[in-house]
Amino acid sequence: MRGLTRRDTVKLGLGALAAGSMLSSGTLRAAVPVKDVPIPDWPIEEGATLRVLRPSKFVSADEVWFRKNTEKFTEVTGVPVKLEFESWEDLRPRTAVAANVGSGPDVIVGWSDDPFQYVDSLRDLTDLATYLGEKYGGWWPLAERYGIKDGKWISIPYGAAGGRVVYRKSWVNDVGYEEVPGDLDGFLDLCRKLKKAGHPAGLALGNAVGDANAWTHWLVWAHGGAMVDEEDNVIINSKETIEALKYGKALYETFIPGTESWLDANNNKAFLSGQIGLTQNGISIYFAAKNSEDPKVRELAEDIYHARMPIGPVGFPTERSLVVNAMIFDYAPYPNAAKHYIRFMMEKEQYDPFLINCIGYWNHPLVAYDESEVWKTDPKVTVYQHIMKDSLWDSYKGSLGPASQAVLADFVMVQMVAAACIGQATPEEAAAEAERRARRYYKT
Amino acid sequence: MAARSERVEWGGGGVHWLARLFDYKPFLIFMCLLPAVGLLVVFLTYPLGLGIWLAFTDARIGRGGEFVGLFNYELLFTDRIFWMSVGNTILYTVVATAGKFILGLWLALLLNRHLPFKSFLRAIILVPWIVPTVLSAIAFWWMYDAQFSVISYVLVDVLGWRDTYINFLGDAWNARWSLIAANIWRGIPFVAISLLAGLQTISPSLYEAALLDGATPWQRFRYITFPMILPILAVVLTFSVLFTFTDFQLVYAITRGGPVNATHLMATLAFQRAIPGGQLGEGSAIAVAMIPFLVFATVFSYFALARRKWQQGESNE
Repeated sequence: MRGLTRRDTVKLGLGALAAGSMLSSGTLRAAVPVKDVPIPDWPIEEGATLRVLRPSKFVSADEVWFRKNTEKFTEVTGVPVKLEFESWEDLRPRTAVAANVGSGPDVIVGWSDDPFQYVDSLRDLTDLATYLGEKYGGWWPLAERYGIKDGKWISIPYGAAGGRVVYRKSWVNDVGYEEVPGDLDGFLDLCRKLKKAGHPAGLALGNAVGDANAWTHWLVWAHGGAMVDEEDNVIINSKETIEALKYGKALYETFIPGTESWLDANNNKAFLSGQIGLTQNGISIYFAAKNSEDPKVRELAEDIYHARMPIGPVGFPTERSLVVNAMIFDYAPYPNAAKHYIRFMMEKEQYDPFLINCIGYWNHPLVAYDESEVWKTDPKVTVYQHIMKDSLWDSYKGSLGPASQAVLADFVMVQMVAAACIGQATPEEAAAEAERRARRYYKT
Repeated sequence: MAARSERVEWGGGGVHWLARLFDYKPFLIFMCLLPAVGLLVVFLTYPLGLGIWLAFTDARIGRGGEFVGLFNYELLFTDRIFWMSVGNTILYTVVATAGKFILGLWLALLLNRHLPFKSFLRAIILVPWIVPTVLSAIAFWWMYDAQFSVISYVLVDVLGWRDTYINFLGDAWNARWSLIAANIWRGIPFVAISLLAGLQTISPSLYEAALLDGATPWQRFRYITFPMILPILAVVLTFSVLFTFTDFQLVYAITRGGPVNATHLMATLAFQRAIPGGQLGEGSAIAVAMIPFLVFATVFSYFALARRKWQQGESNE
């Protein structure tokens, strides 16, 4: 591909628009409000090719539509793209190796705070973020939190998967609740009753990147605990944390046995096979049930409902979400092609059908997508709508950086909660151990 | 005549200097060794040296480190998880190696008999060894699943011997034993086939002589088979200990060190800290801490091998 002029790029955009509307076949005509902002003029390098690395799918449409949109990019720009999907646990190591060796995929859609670990070797994406932000009504707060370092955009948040309560409505109704209570006491009471009725809850306590981190962070934050304060001082060993751990232990007693070894896929399997009645998860369980080939499982989808996680004494929602960020490393030989790739994937002709077909599995970071059809058709999906608007970030209340990343990667929060839940340590011991481990990372 | 013409060639100025260079023995030796030495230096010495160096720095991923002396080791010394991983590694190595040896030797003795389909049987017992570790690990992961384990299913739903599913990977000790069982399953073929090779070198005449002397099967094993395969036993033992001690894949694929770090081996903990955790220096320090154990295993095998003289009938010094 020869270098592109500004006019060529605009034509490309128009081509994409046409291709997009052809694909959308009428049903996807939801009005995502778009401002008229010219596509930036970054001439695509001659002979450019791209390698893109991203996490593996949890809902099939995620991969299907990501591939489709990528193929469209190749069609429109002539830039061949090789897509690689990496399992959730191995995505961080792959990113780390690429960053350290200085060679690897041109675009890495990596985990939440990874960009903050590699600030020095990332390309500045401020122009791209500004363009997208202007065109699509701005970024949600969580996107800005994960994208910006010292006023510069170091990554483009592509989406976020968030945890909500996923439950079997009929079973919850059977034990006397109309819906999942929004307060901690009610929630615990519901779980106890579910357990008694033979439909226990199940939340992952193994080293599950998504699920275990999600609910253990929610638990501690809901009680007012946090790993660090605003100045990055380690404050995890607090009476709020200990309260949280006591609550966690009580909640754990309502779980199905075996959650100590659960990884990200376990609760999905257990829920779909009817062994648990309540869990916290992204929309993937509902998606799998709704799109199952087995009519019995499709019936189950009718009974699956979602709710926000209960609000604790802090008085505001404290869900954590798993953000994926597109990064371009310094070593990438075709930065303009890479930037165009990210831009292309975020444009509404590609992103909207992706969002709709994944029924919101990866939540939108750009405000305009709030108007997407996906949030208007199924009230069960709407519960997931504002994950990037009001979730807390990983190192809440402190800053994102290598220390927070190491604490997260070492599962300090998860293992503190797990140790207290399974009785390996008292809540006080578990909090003290977490403090010791976190201090080590924050000191160096 | 031949000698004369040779001398002429050596002395003659007409021979190309390159040919003469390659006739020069020290140079030739150097050239022949170069590829092997090069490979060793690039793929073994350099990474090992780099690992040892990193262990003395505070290097993080994406950022070079500075020399910090023994700081990483001081941190590890007070780290409960590190000491647990050391204990796990030793337990894992000792129990799994013992299991592999007892079962492997037994299997080798069985296969050494005249069985129908002997070669076929010998071929299929290699399967656990040749299947990629991660594949067998995933199979075990399913078998150990908290909700969908086939073992629990058989015990609870088919036979009715238990009321609850076994919490294979959720309980610290269950998880450790489960991993050891998987490692033994995987390691048996290597031991069995190596020992079988050793068994086949034993001359049948020794057994015939023993039979004539009225030796019992146990005596034949104790005084003929065992001493004769001792050298190969020592080699296989060393390799087996080294493989087991440095095992990474099985544990990482099945438990990822969980529940709550209870099954971390030194290798998995080093990886966890260095790559996902980004603390290259500390991870390297854990990896380097494995070296003394490995050296000990090698030295042990060296002395075990040195006993060969005695087995060959010479005096036992």
